Amino acid sequence: MNMPDTPGNAFTKTGAKTVAIRAEGLTKGFGEGETYTRAVSDVSFEAYHGEILFVVGPSGSGKTTMLSMVSGILRPDAGSVSIEGQDIWSLSTDQLAHFRLNTIGFVFQDFHLFPRLTTAENVAIPLIIKRHPWDEAMSEARRFLEIVGLANRADVPPVKLSGGEQQRVAIARALIAQPDLLVLDEPTASLDGDTGRNIISFVRSQVLNDKRCILIITHDSRIFEFADRILNMEDGRVTGIEDGGSHVAHEGV
Amino acid sequence: MFGILRIAYKLLANDRTKFTALIVGITFAVFLMVQMTAMFAGVLSRSSATVYNVGASIWVMDPAVQTVSNSIPMPDAVLDQVRSLPGVKFAVPLYSGGGLVKLADGTYQAVTIMGLDDTTLFGRPQMLKGQIEDIYGESGFIAVVDSEYTKLGSPKVGDEFEINDNRARIVGLARVASNGLFGVPSLYTTYSRALQYLPNTRFTTSYILVEPKSAADIPAIRDGVARIGYIALTRDEFVSQISHFYTFKTGIGTNLLMMSAIAFIVGLSISGQTFYSFILENLEKFGALKAIGMTSRELITMILFQAGFVSLTGYGLGTGLCATMIWLARARLPDYASIITAGNLLLALGMVVVIAGVSSWFGVRRVLRIEPFDIFRG
Ligand SMILES: Nc1ncnc2c1ncn2[C@@H]1O[C@H](COP(=O)(O)OP(=O)(O)OP(=O)(O)O)[C@@H](O)[C@H]1O
Ligand SMILES: [Mg+2]
Repeated sequence: MNMPDTPGNAFTKTGAKTVAIRAEGLTKGFGEGETYTRAVSDVSFEAYHGEILFVVGPSGSGKTTMLSMVSGILRPDAGSVSIEGQDIWSLSTDQLAHFRLNTIGFVFQDFHLFPRLTTAENVAIPLIIKRHPWDEAMSEARRFLEIVGLANRADVPPVKLSGGEQQRVAIARALIAQPDLLVLDEPTASLDGDTGRNIISFVRSQVLNDKRCILIITHDSRIFEFADRILNMEDGRVTGIEDGGSHVAHEGV
Repeated sequence: MFGILRIAYKLLANDRTKFTALIVGITFAVFLMVQMTAMFAGVLSRSSATVYNVGASIWVMDPAVQTVSNSIPMPDAVLDQVRSLPGVKFAVPLYSGGGLVKLADGTYQAVTIMGLDDTTLFGRPQMLKGQIEDIYGESGFIAVVDSEYTKLGSPKVGDEFEINDNRARIVGLARVASNGLFGVPSLYTTYSRALQYLPNTRFTTSYILVEPKSAADIPAIRDGVARIGYIALTRDEFVSQISHFYTFKTGIGTNLLMMSAIAFIVGLSISGQTFYSFILENLEKFGALKAIGMTSRELITMILFQAGFVSLTGYGLGTGLCATMIWLARARLPDYASIITAGNLLLALGMVVVIAGVSSWFGVRRVLRIEPFDIFRG
């Protein structure tokens, strides 16, 4: 059972799991005085290499706020986050940008692809920011488009693609710099049910590996089966962490 | 960095409508600006044509003179007084005035007549046909072959016509360095013949041209001339006084200022707005780039590059267009008075830099303010 190098089984609750992310006492409020609302209160959890951790909870429960603090785009009022042993909120703004570039892949709900660039150029952007030579970045982009099954759409603008295809382009962009941590906020919200399932199934089978940790915010109970663990939030607090459906769905496959 | 700039270029250039609007806006503003200032520079350089053509080091004149074409006659005695000033190598009179030529077909043509000092012929033009000494011949006049020459019926050596009811004979053709501003032909004759032919006021000397013994003598000459109630200007001083007159006392300067302001406002409003709406349209994507790990400095570089690229392209097109237009106009109108000077180009470049700077400043502010968290939240 405890073979952490085999993809997909690091969720096992044995001593073999290794910590990818450690969040401690994360707290964040917005507004001042009368309008002050505390979006996230004292959230602590760990996420492991080789697992997909879902974050679920009602709207306004603080999921996005919490995950933004974890992924280095929103500074917490209190608490700390360490990714691969690095205390990210002790870094300067530029250092943190570099850290995100090299360590974290983002998939946004609205994809945020540039409509005036080709699909391949969109995917290549992280490598281009990392100063890779243009041609190398473009051929890498084509390779990743092939991985997400869009090899033949490399030269069209993303607006010519369907929603599911655009989401796969966004995933290719998030993966191209080989991040250790992948963060997806509502990746299936703008997709129809089957497309959403296919995307997450693809992430589970092709994107997850034993060095990688994937965090997914979702409302979509139809995809719970792909989770290793599910973290429940309510009112800015963690109300519990349970095992996901991936044991049932994938055991014995 | 090159890759980031390439992405920046593609983001803008692939948005055909905005890209075109930006370049057209800046091209138009630059064109307008260079066109106006070139016209102005042309007018200024033409307005001092006589000063350059005569080539004297020092001009003595009535203190009220504002431009070379509107001289105020001085009494003959002034010439002797100037000649006796210390430091004066020589001083000669110059007559400059207007006359009416009756052409062969019976029509009249206004002309400028320059009367050169009889002994030295100082300020003589460069001869194309005939000898300068022929000017001493009976009724001798030398015609200047410039763009106005045809208005005299393109006379040849030996042709005759009437000036103010006196017989005049063309004894030579000449060339001068610079054309005048007023579109009338020029004739040269001797000082004494000019006085004979043209109606005179009590005083007759238009200018006294002075050559100092050395440059060090100029202040003393200036003082001496001032003491007898006149003013001595070096060639450059006279030219700048004329420029000053046209700039500030004729409305040309005001017009230039207004047109430049219009060029600037048009350029800024078209380009600034287009660029700003381009930034707004892509704002969320820029925010996504921030989340992915692009630093603020890199984002600013992208925006400045975009603004700089369209600005310089528009600048190149605008100045090119203007140069072509002036070239075409010259081919048809030989005396078209426009010159593109380094100053014109710098001024337009300055305007473009300000337009690009202002446009990108607003864009940069927006992009710096956008929070990746807000993008992530959707
Ligand atoms: N920038 C902000 N300014 C003010 N309040 C904010 C801001 N961001 C979040 N909030 C508040 O914080 C709380 C948590 O928001 P958050 O977006 O994290 O919730 P969520 O669980 O992701 O919700 P959803 O499922 O709707 O995306 C909400 O009450 C929200 O109104
Ligand atoms: Mg959310």
